[in-house]
Amino acid sequence: MEIWVENLAVARGGVTVLQGLGFAVGAGQALILRGPNGSGKTTLLRTLAGLQPAVAGSISLPPEAAAYGAHADGLKSTLTVQENLAFWASVHGVGSVADAMTRMDVANLAPRRAAELSAGQKRRLGLARLLVTGRPVWLLDEPTVSLDTASVALFAGVVRQHLAGGGLAVIATHVDLALPEAETLDLAPFRTRTMARDGFDEAFA
Amino acid sequence: MKALLLRDLRLAMRSGGGFGLGLAFFFLLSVLVPLGVGPEGGTLARIAPGILWVGALLACLLSLDRIFALDFEDGSLDLLATAPIPLEAVVAVKALAHWLVTGLPLTLLAPGLAVFLNLPAGGYGWLVLSLLLGTPALSVIGAFGAALVVGLRRGGLLLSLLVLPLYVPTLIFGAEVVRRGAEGMALATPLALLTAISLGAAALLPFAAAAALRVNLR
Repeated sequence: MEIWVENLAVARGGVTVLQGLGFAVGAGQALILRGPNGSGKTTLLRTLAGLQPAVAGSISLPPEAAAYGAHADGLKSTLTVQENLAFWASVHGVGSVADAMTRMDVANLAPRRAAELSAGQKRRLGLARLLVTGRPVWLLDEPTVSLDTASVALFAGVVRQHLAGGGLAVIATHVDLALPEAETLDLAPFRTRTMARDGFDEAFA
Repeated sequence: MKALLLRDLRLAMRSGGGFGLGLAFFFLLSVLVPLGVGPEGGTLARIAPGILWVGALLACLLSLDRIFALDFEDGSLDLLATAPIPLEAVVAVKALAHWLVTGLPLTLLAPGLAVFLNLPAGGYGWLVLSLLLGTPALSVIGAFGAALVVGLRRGGLLLSLLVLPLYVPTLIFGAEVVRRGAEGMALATPLALLTAISLGAAALLPFAAAAALRVNLR
């Protein structure tokens, strides 16, 4: 199991935001994506997840291996915590709901409707969804947003277990997850240069 | 896929799911039209097939924009697109769920409401049959329209404009089946065409809708 990216260019809204990107992540490894807001972290993750096509370059990723964790958790507010997770578990056909709830510490919330959860609890439930997908590749977009310190540590522990089990993860985040096995990739050098203002005046050319 | 169907049905039944809105509309229309038109001269019986079919069609239209918009807003659609179910199957299942909570109840409710509209006795069986065969097309075509406008704020208006012309053949043949049935005429041709529209839509449009969704998710 390996992600292998070569000379990748990705675009958001028709504008190429990253180019010349290359990296490899093997089993048991994690890659932390860093970059300021708008640098293309989400776009890169969506491209890796297959939600949008790459502009150029190649991505080598086994089909149906990736679980994408977006900003939105994909929760239905009128369903209970248990029902939300059970749905994703049966879509993916693997993974235990009870185990995922225990590991992300939402088991005591099981009969509550998702609408009644706090932002941090929703996030924990959203992350528990990753466990029930049973997929080896996690593509996570700012997974720690609205989590408290204890939950961040809990989540880091879950990621470490996932890596130890032969999984791999690509995580865009601004906080330090304290993952010693993770490599960090700064996206700044791969950003496409915004159009130079000086010396180029199309209107009067 | 069964899980997705059960989830959609459960969401529709829970509070705020929109189940019953179309039925209530259909009920209101069928009660108000006789009051507005009046009982004289057999006018009601003559327009009953058309009114019932227009009512069913508009009731169906009311809940269309919920098919994908809600899943798009809370991020579920992204996750479904990366799930092991093909997106074509997601569309087909969601259209089926929409039919089960609108088209099927409308079909079952229609004979009762046809009494208000003084539908001739011969038409009841054909009314149920034509709705049973025709409303699946409304749901599938509607799912295609909903996939086209997913991601647009207040896409409902655009959705209605896009979908209504596509609904016209279903409406014409559906109402024609009931009219001919009520008058005891031969109705094999409109019935066959109505069935053909439903089958064709169900076979082809999930693919078109899935393609539209993929473009809109980018």
